[in-house]
Amino acid sequence: MAEQPLHRALGLTDGELDRIRGLLGRDPNDFELGVFSLLWSEHCGYKHSAPLLRRFPTEGPAVLQGPGENAGVVDLGDGWACAFKVESHNHPSAVEPFQGAATGVGGILRDVVAMGARPIALLDGLRFGEPGFAFDRAVGGIGHYGNCVGVPTVGGEAVFDPAYRENPLVNAMCVGLLPSERVTRARATGPGNLVVLYGATTGRDGIGGASVLASQELSDEDEDKRPTVQIGDPFTGKKLIEASLELVEGGFVESLQDLGAAGLASSLAEMAGRGGAGLDVQLDRVPLREPELEPVEIMLSESQERMVAIVAPERLAAVEEVCARWELCCAVIGVVTESGFLRAFHDDEEVGAIPVSYLTEETPRYRLETAPRVLAPPSEQTPMRAERAELLALLASPNVRSRRPVFERYDHLVGSRTVRRPGLDAAVLRLRPSLRGLAVSLDGPGRAAALDPRAAGARAVFEAARNVACAGGRPLALTDCLNFGSPEKPEVSWELAETIEGMARACEVLGIPVVSGNVSLYNETDGRAIPPTPVVGCVGLVADVRAVPGAWQQGDAVLLAGGEDASLDGSEYQSRFLGGPAGRPASPDYVAEAALIHFLWRSAARLSAAHDVSDGGAAVALAELALHSGIGAEIDLGADALDWFGEGAGRAVVACPPERAETLEGVPLRRIGVVGGEKLLGASLAELRAAHEGGTP
Amino acid sequence: MSARRPRIAILVFPGSNDDRDAAWALSALGGEPLLVWHADAELPRVDAVVLPGGFSYGDYLRAGAIARFAPAMEAVVAFAGDGGPVLGICNGFQILCEARLLPGVLRPNASLSFVCRDVSLVVERTDTPFTARCEPGQALTIPVKHGDGCYHAPPGLPDEQVVLRYSPGENPNGSERDIAAVVNADGNVLGLMPHPEHAVDPLLGSGDGALILASLVDAARERSYEHA
Repeated sequence: MAEQPLHRALGLTDGELDRIRGLLGRDPNDFELGVFSLLWSEHCGYKHSAPLLRRFPTEGPAVLQGPGENAGVVDLGDGWACAFKVESHNHPSAVEPFQGAATGVGGILRDVVAMGARPIALLDGLRFGEPGFAFDRAVGGIGHYGNCVGVPTVGGEAVFDPAYRENPLVNAMCVGLLPSERVTRARATGPGNLVVLYGATTGRDGIGGASVLASQELSDEDEDKRPTVQIGDPFTGKKLIEASLELVEGGFVESLQDLGAAGLASSLAEMAGRGGAGLDVQLDRVPLREPELEPVEIMLSESQERMVAIVAPERLAAVEEVCARWELCCAVIGVVTESGFLRAFHDDEEVGAIPVSYLTEETPRYRLETAPRVLAPPSEQTPMRAERAELLALLASPNVRSRRPVFERYDHLVGSRTVRRPGLDAAVLRLRPSLRGLAVSLDGPGRAAALDPRAAGARAVFEAARNVACAGGRPLALTDCLNFGSPEKPEVSWELAETIEGMARACEVLGIPVVSGNVSLYNETDGRAIPPTPVVGCVGLVADVRAVPGAWQQGDAVLLAGGEDASLDGSEYQSRFLGGPAGRPASPDYVAEAALIHFLWRSAARLSAAHDVSDGGAAVALAELALHSGIGAEIDLGADALDWFGEGAGRAVVACPPERAETLEGVPLRRIGVVGGEKLLGASLAELRAAHEGGTP
Repeated sequence: MSARRPRIAILVFPGSNDDRDAAWALSALGGEPLLVWHADAELPRVDAVVLPGGFSYGDYLRAGAIARFAPAMEAVVAFAGDGGPVLGICNGFQILCEARLLPGVLRPNASLSFVCRDVSLVVERTDTPFTARCEPGQALTIPVKHGDGCYHAPPGLPDEQVVLRYSPGENPNGSERDIAAVVNADGNVLGLMPHPEHAVDPLLGSGDGALILASLVDAARERSYEHA
């Protein structure tokens, strides 16, 4: 087989090489070509997705920092702000689930720390073919990192679908707290300021992760790519978090930047680009963990647990002192210049010089060719009698069954803020010493996504916001991770565009912005793309954590709040009993969805319980509330499977004392029963629990 | 006149996670917490010491095995030798065992898996500086969160040194004799796997951990008067 040219091996097209030549007015050397290949990858450069992402609303009165930084930041009032972001680590997790998931957690933690925030919560969106070894290893990796660094993992979701068997998704979200006047931005400013690299040493791990691994399809030959997966060291990660926060709190640094995908190359280019400056870097000053790394390897290494700080010369001693105390490497590797160039030197010899704007602004932008797909018509909804056995089977199905065995492997309590623990809709973290709280959720669509991508996009946003509202939180802002197949395929591009349109419309009707996010494309194996998978994280403000809805109480009225247009198309019921997702799921009623979310957080103080209706429909939501509360209910849902198991209508189950039920208003409300007894929908609590928890009654 | 706030040292190792939680809880219960860096060879003037939970040194080698060599631990050994109350929580318990201030050793959980959940405990002894506010036989709900919490007792460990046990059927880690907390023979050094600092604010679940930590604050206050 003929040796392919270097640029192609690095993932650049012939046209992109011509563009580089045109910009530079000369041939790039191999070092420069390596830097371009990373910065112009989809993972770093969003060359296919950037035009579509502009569709999202990104502004609002509470937004202190929108997209384009390491994480978004919103104001919480009382002098506090919250930084948050979700990011994918899909391809590394496909190749090596434990380290892939662990380093995904490590990376998103550093993104939030780079904003000057202390991480207070982690959430994980996991999608695998089935529960089993790979899923178990990913859970293990998340726990390995999150538990050890002392940040609670308080939520997320696990979805199983054969479509993800070869291409699992690991999306990690981190939420951090910071004083609102201390938002740290990753900008290289002030010529003469020093570029300080601190944290772990640099090795040969993860080279080319962003371009080779994250921006291409997977195939059978991925064994060779295992060395492109990074290895996490949470102990060093913990020290890095504490040292970074000391640096910020002490006012010792001008800005911070995480080293993630594409290592120094992308971190330095992005910092210089945002600051409108140039940077000179001396690669021989980078502390190495193995000798004789080539300059380009040092520049591109994705060794974990490293950060870059821009430091005024007079504060260098203070920075070195903090790093020494935390036993972290710390080296001045460069200086901010006015040149507008990213210049790299090794032993005083220039190894590359590229105008920063070519790396960050002149990234190719591809117009996506889209091929619309005609949506299938809704299936004939013939009346079917709902059976108790079906409820038990759904409760036991991998997508519905209790997540307790997963959450119990995560420390969800460290920080002493967790008012509402994982398991029901959103978690709530107390903003001590106040009684206010932060509700956080992470949600993606279920199997219905492929049937109607636009509806799936809207539903992901609504569900994330509804979960926050069920916990009494007023949704403030969103972060999103768009997991798709190859954008070079018109049908996938169409799915991406449609999904973004649905998400954007949902954001607009809710009046909340997207402040951060990440795109993971090329989730394909041997030519088969995953279904469109937008995963949305939401943060919301809880006015008083004492009023967070929890368990329903004896004698409470049980009501179904929200829309009536549920469908079995795309439901868990359909997948389980009717042979897989088909037809067309219920179209979201945007205005009604927004009204329900508004109703839920506004009414939370009057509700004993509130729970989102999602996978498995109203019957499953009721069963989950009964199990959570330890008490059953007399419920009349009718006899039809559609009423028990239909999904997609934008609904929630709420419960409150009967006299208070009269005061609830703002959405359609239907009384469906009264709390009491040991049974629900014909099944005993013991039977429900056995099904849900996988034991025997 | 308000009661004196006794000074309580909380050791901070690289990898300690629950140090700030313990400080917040002790402060809420009337103590004055002081975070003490592991590399300091001397303790400030304090009336009690807490070794917090976490993953000191990443649990590398073995949980607590490296932390025991920290300079501050020599000062803790001396403080304990002088009869000062020392409480080790989770990783702190592991460190106290490694440092031989407590008998026995903590092994990986029988499930070989990390576990984080509320457990029910039974108070076996109330005549210690750590449980004086509890009733004999009282049931407490306090969370555990650990991967290496399976207590292996040395042969012949007397029942008198068992201060807390997991309630029947609640043992989360396979500990022998359902032991959740052990005190030394002199009665002034206690290690426990559950996290009382996470069970102080009832809004976060249980408030039962406050009984343990407030007992420690009481004991520290008494000692501060004796040494005044």
